Amino acid sequence: MSRLPITKTPKVYVGGAFIRSESARVFPLRDAAGAFFAHIPQCTRKDLRNAIEAAAAAGPGWAKRTAYNRGQILYRLAEMLEARSAELAAALLVGVKATPRARAAAAREVAATIDRIIYYAGWADKYEQLLGSVNPVAAPYFNFTVTEPMGVVGVLAPATPALLGLASLLAPAIVSGNTVVALASESQPYPAILLGEMLATSDLPGGVVNLLTGFRRELVPTFATHTHLRALSGVATAGERRALRLGAAESVKRTRLRPAEDRIDWYAADAQSLAAVGDTLEYKTTWHPIGA
Amino acid sequence: MRGAAASFPLFSPAGGGILRDLMNAGPSASFRRLFDEVGPVDSVGVEERVAKYATRSLKQAAKLWGLRTAVAMVDLTTLEGKDTPGKVASLCRKALRPSDDPAVPPVAAVCVYPAMVRHARRALGPGAKVRIASVATAFPSGQAPLATRLGEVRAAVADGADEIDMVINRGAFLAGEFSRVQDEIAAVRDACGRSTLKVILEVSELETYDKIRAASFLAMTVLRPGDFIKTSTGKTALNATLGNNQVMLEAIRDFYLDTGIPIAMKPAGGIRTAKQALQFLVAVKETLGDAWLNNRRYRFGASALLNDLVRQLAKERTGAYQAPYYFSEAATSY
Repeated sequence: MSRLPITKTPKVYVGGAFIRSESARVFPLRDAAGAFFAHIPQCTRKDLRNAIEAAAAAGPGWAKRTAYNRGQILYRLAEMLEARSAELAAALLVGVKATPRARAAAAREVAATIDRIIYYAGWADKYEQLLGSVNPVAAPYFNFTVTEPMGVVGVLAPATPALLGLASLLAPAIVSGNTVVALASESQPYPAILLGEMLATSDLPGGVVNLLTGFRRELVPTFATHTHLRALSGVATAGERRALRLGAAESVKRTRLRPAEDRIDWYAADAQSLAAVGDTLEYKTTWHPIGA
Repeated sequence: MRGAAASFPLFSPAGGGILRDLMNAGPSASFRRLFDEVGPVDSVGVEERVAKYATRSLKQAAKLWGLRTAVAMVDLTTLEGKDTPGKVASLCRKALRPSDDPAVPPVAAVCVYPAMVRHARRALGPGAKVRIASVATAFPSGQAPLATRLGEVRAAVADGADEIDMVINRGAFLAGEFSRVQDEIAAVRDACGRSTLKVILEVSELETYDKIRAASFLAMTVLRPGDFIKTSTGKTALNATLGNNQVMLEAIRDFYLDTGIPIAMKPAGGIRTAKQALQFLVAVKETLGDAWLNNRRYRFGASALLNDLVRQLAKERTGAYQAPYYFSEAATSY
């Protein structure tokens, strides 16, 4: 018996729900042969605003979780990816000629992504010991520095590697209790759609990670100027970096932007580090009188 | 509907005899008579109508006008057991100057408990642009002897309250004792002297649109032109919604068309965002028209709404979306 084809409507994961763009706009994604694959939401600055509201609402609860619990949840996210790794690899091949070499590269990217999430999951209850400190002072005070999450972090994922780049940017931000609003790769948005489905089943509270798809030229200016974003992390072209830095200066937010022109090796040993966790932390130093 | 309500024998002072007869027949019979008198509410129609208000697209100049008008309509409210003179004084400063942007007008009024009226008067000074409203009459339950409630109203007026927000006797209303409800409103009205009266129906305790409409008419027939009817105290689970706002606006419209007496309206409680406020203004514009789009005829009873209005006005001015913690929302790290 022939069945009706059941095609999936790709939706973005925002505030713990799968939504279309408020504008109802979409853009077509094509496979390597040029045939229609799916319509991807073309998110607008209003979607970005709504996503930031969702991220801000989720923030205090997420930051209050114990470090151990955040690590466990990130670990479970990696488990969810592992179980659907074949599907993720196929998503990375949408629009790409599926040569054996491309297949192997996709499988490698998925494996590296899972390993990266595990890496940062491990840091959850350890970064504080290394980044916080007890400071020697020449006065009768106990002086110590502790870290705090910054708040809502904007992530601009690189065009490629679409999945590994996105995961490498959002995992170190959320592990410390930040929440993230991320713009997925413009040319390869489908892996981010799938990643949203895995985030939804990973025990991560809704709103901690919000993934948008759409056009960078429409969304980068709002990432730059929105004052509720405390930090921007990602990959940007020279023109985008200028716009982002100007906007960030106006709204006093931290930027950690890498040039899109550089050949970044996302598989290298230094592509994951404690420093990346520190990039979205604030440091609070306390003077406490001794003997008081 | 309007034909049936063309004159209101039930509400006229001479109609007391009819009301007494009705009361003897029990509450359901008296409600039936009252609904026949004021006309029924098509609740499905109301819900469908107000759902459309959320789809109006307000852009640029209209949005800016709406936001500024909404600021000027706010009754900035603090009604908590922990209110102090200092807190009321800072509320008054915020009411006079909600933003450092000079284009943002002062709000319509501050709304405080009677004991705080004299502190508000001291903070605002005599003849201030911002009026002082006070919830008297054993707010929010209204469950106190009438003499106590009237005493509270007179004390608030003597301390300098320009407006009195009273609660109706819901117990009497639901028991069908309509003349008692009206007599009490009239007594409070007289105790107000020259101060404006706002009658809180507490819609969540009236339960149906029909009863909200009926209670609106009961109140309006004893009010003076320019007095208000108001949705709720803000102290119950369900407060102002577009639906019960619409029912009350239509009651005001029908009453005005029949009698020529303009009654003002104040939704209160649950209106927290600028977007909601604009939808309420759309409802006013499309139901009552421009004559009600000012703070003498329409108010918002709210505490958090002003922050969001000022926040959206800052967005319109700068072009950048603003974080809520710049506008005295609860300041957490997020």
